[in-house]
Amino acid sequence: MDSSFRAVKISDSVYWVGAIDWGVRSFHGYLTSRGTTYNAFLVIADKVTLIDTVKASFGEEMMARISSVIDPSKIDFIISNHSEMDHTGYLPQAIQAMNPSRVFASPMGQKALGMHFHWDQEIEVVKTGDKIDLGNKTLSFVEARMLHWPDSMLTYLEEEGVLFTNDVFGMHIASSERFADEIDPSVLKYEGAKYYANIILHLSPIVTKFLEKLPSFNLDMKIIAPDHGPVWRRDLNQVVEWYSGWAEQKPTNKAVVVFDSMWESTARMARAVGDGLTENGASVKLMPLGGSHRSDVITELLDAGALLVGSPTINNQIYPTVADVMNYLKGLKPQNLIGATFGSYGWSGEAVKHLDQIMQDMKVDLVQEGLRVKYVPAEEDLATCRDLGARVASKML
Amino acid sequence: MKKYECDACGWVYDEEKGHPASGVKPGTKFEDIPEDWVCPLCGVGKDGFSEV
Repeated sequence: MDSSFRAVKISDSVYWVGAIDWGVRSFHGYLTSRGTTYNAFLVIADKVTLIDTVKASFGEEMMARISSVIDPSKIDFIISNHSEMDHTGYLPQAIQAMNPSRVFASPMGQKALGMHFHWDQEIEVVKTGDKIDLGNKTLSFVEARMLHWPDSMLTYLEEEGVLFTNDVFGMHIASSERFADEIDPSVLKYEGAKYYANIILHLSPIVTKFLEKLPSFNLDMKIIAPDHGPVWRRDLNQVVEWYSGWAEQKPTNKAVVVFDSMWESTARMARAVGDGLTENGASVKLMPLGGSHRSDVITELLDAGALLVGSPTINNQIYPTVADVMNYLKGLKPQNLIGATFGSYGWSGEAVKHLDQIMQDMKVDLVQEGLRVKYVPAEEDLATCRDLGARVASKML
Repeated sequence: MKKYECDACGWVYDEEKGHPASGVKPGTKFEDIPEDWVCPLCGVGKDGFSEV
């Protein structure tokens, strides 16, 4: 085994034994520009316990890191906080190599693991408030259904105040540093927001309820250890407050203008709309889809107050890149937005009507019916586009 | 009064309690909930529920 992979101690008895994926750029369609980590944690107690594993292809890295602390066959218990393959891909091989006496998951986790691996492995179910005795240490559990899967669960090491939060409070950053306080704060906030926008946003009402309930679990948190990105050992409130704010989605004076174009007509309309917004006090982000990824669009929307969408009509439909983004945005359910649509067309011009329908389904408050221009916008058409921008800006903060 | 569990996420609808937050009054039979109603926890439609 490659001895360059070492475990990193994060508290008296807990070691990070995960894997760093420097190269991943598409995380099921989410552009992970900085790569990511798959975090697994080893608790050295009378009953040695592994919390989560890694993506299947990173198994050897995890095994090497565990081996730098203890012989993996000494692991007594494995806990699966979340069934998604980036944390369980290596679980079957890990069970085979470690032969643990007990494997634990939430009630929905037990079912989901069965439907992933079609195995006869016995999984013991733990629910909120349940504890397991590691001899000299104690683990307790908090189910976090739909944060972000039905099976999601948090595990808490009582004696050391370490909360293992699976994907909650995670972010996609590959780094040699293991702690949040060692990473540029602006990068942390950006990648934390991007993760929230792409993975958690549509579950915001559940986040709010969960944060309200959190104090009732009486967790004296000293460390937050998520399954992606850095571990938090200082200013734990920082990441909790971020979640609270993102869940609230208070509208701002930022307008996001998303568009694509066939022959530059819709692009010219977008620039004119953007000018109208800027001239009337809005902060504007133009996102031409030739160079903007869907996951960056939703990230920009997380702290926006308006969404404006432009699409040409092609074969009676929305332009494919715009349709892709709208499909993605609709599922992530951004809230508290006003908006408008626009686009150039040649003869039938359905795209803008389709966009208006999608925006209504998304509960975006449309300031007017979508603005259409036939073929190439004339100067007066561009003036109408600037007026549209101005109208949206006037209804923003 | 019966109970129905969401197959996807395990959330339980109790006819006795209804679910006022999504507009379903206490005592509403599962079959009388509007067809466009979805699981308040995970968003699965009515056909994704089983009686428990």
